[in-house]
Amino acid sequence: MVEEYLSLFIKSVFIENMALAFFLGMCTFLALSKKVDTALGIGVAVIVVLGITVPANNLVYNYLLKDGALAWAGFPNVDLSFLGLISYIGMIAAMVQIMEMVLDKYVPTLYNALGIFLPLITVNCAILGSSLFMVERDYDFGQSVVYGLGSGTGWALAIVALAGIREKMVYSDVPAGLRGLGITFIVTGLMAIVFMSFAGIQL
Amino acid sequence: MKTKELLLDPVLKNNPIALQVLGICSALAVTSQLKQVVIMGAAVSLVTGISSLMVSVLRNSIPNSIRIIVQMTIAASAVIIADQLLKAYVYDVSKQMSVYIGLIITNCIVMGRMEGFAMKNTPAASFLDGIGNGLGYSVILIAVGIVRELFGSGKLFGFSILPLTTEGGWYQSNGLLLLPPSAFFIIGCLIWIIRIIKPEQVEND
Repeated sequence: MVEEYLSLFIKSVFIENMALAFFLGMCTFLALSKKVDTALGIGVAVIVVLGITVPANNLVYNYLLKDGALAWAGFPNVDLSFLGLISYIGMIAAMVQIMEMVLDKYVPTLYNALGIFLPLITVNCAILGSSLFMVERDYDFGQSVVYGLGSGTGWALAIVALAGIREKMVYSDVPAGLRGLGITFIVTGLMAIVFMSFAGIQL
Repeated sequence: MKTKELLLDPVLKNNPIALQVLGICSALAVTSQLKQVVIMGAAVSLVTGISSLMVSVLRNSIPNSIRIIVQMTIAASAVIIADQLLKAYVYDVSKQMSVYIGLIITNCIVMGRMEGFAMKNTPAASFLDGIGNGLGYSVILIAVGIVRELFGSGKLFGFSILPLTTEGGWYQSNGLLLLPPSAFFIIGCLIWIIRIIKPEQVEND
């Protein structure tokens, strides 16, 4: 049991890294990776939000949307899975909003540290992507918690690593046309190839 | 602004992928085959156009504090329509693209154009701006797709162009181009080319 969860965690952090294997959350990934501090902030925010929204969407899918899921309410033949997208994104937006209010009230230090990153996360495709992968692979509730935390950790790891590289790159002489965005793409490509070396690992 | 400018500006002058860094999320994983690329480009253009139009029609009655949620709901509805259409008419392709169709909702092009353009402009102009940005996105995607499919597997739209050595031809295919990371290198180089042609886009930091 523990072993199964552990291997799912490792798999979602390294082998199926959200940023470098599925290229999700790329807009934020490229835009906010100039400094390690900012990267760390957004990374932590993503881990927290994923750890909450993926299990929440798992419950929504299994008890409201799946074919036959409404049997408990007396509608065994109803299939609402076409409403999936709109429910997941609504769930994510609501969760982010609630989290913002809770943090503001009870953990103001963390709230100030995360700052503007929290609302930005709603439109990060890694968040919605994880929920969609969770539905596609039919994870149960326990697995969805582990998967949410794992894919968040993987994404945070990738953005902090890229920010580290970009901080060092300030000192290199990059051709004018490649400066900024262009070279960031190429570095990300190289990182993605490095992460592909995890792909052969069997857990 | 004129119709032509609205439609064509985002293609080269103000390209959503190369300059505004929007919508890369779903762009990279689906570019190894041209067929997927064309369908993805069409879906994104349609969704951006429709949702910009809807936001622009409603722009005077959307309260500022909940505009993000309203925009999300509009985009999600447009994506559900596109998703159901694809499932009905090109089921195998929609199966291959798995979650990436759903991810058009969080594609920053859609959000970016709604927030940045449609909230301030008339419905007709917003619709054209949406379609134009969808086209700019498609152009980059198609360029990447052509390079990857032609040199990676010697085919275009699944038809053999360069006969492969494995099938008795002369072309030794480049396997790297079929791997997803190659899309990063190709887009990086495209940005380089665009900035050589238009040096005013070079970043100095």
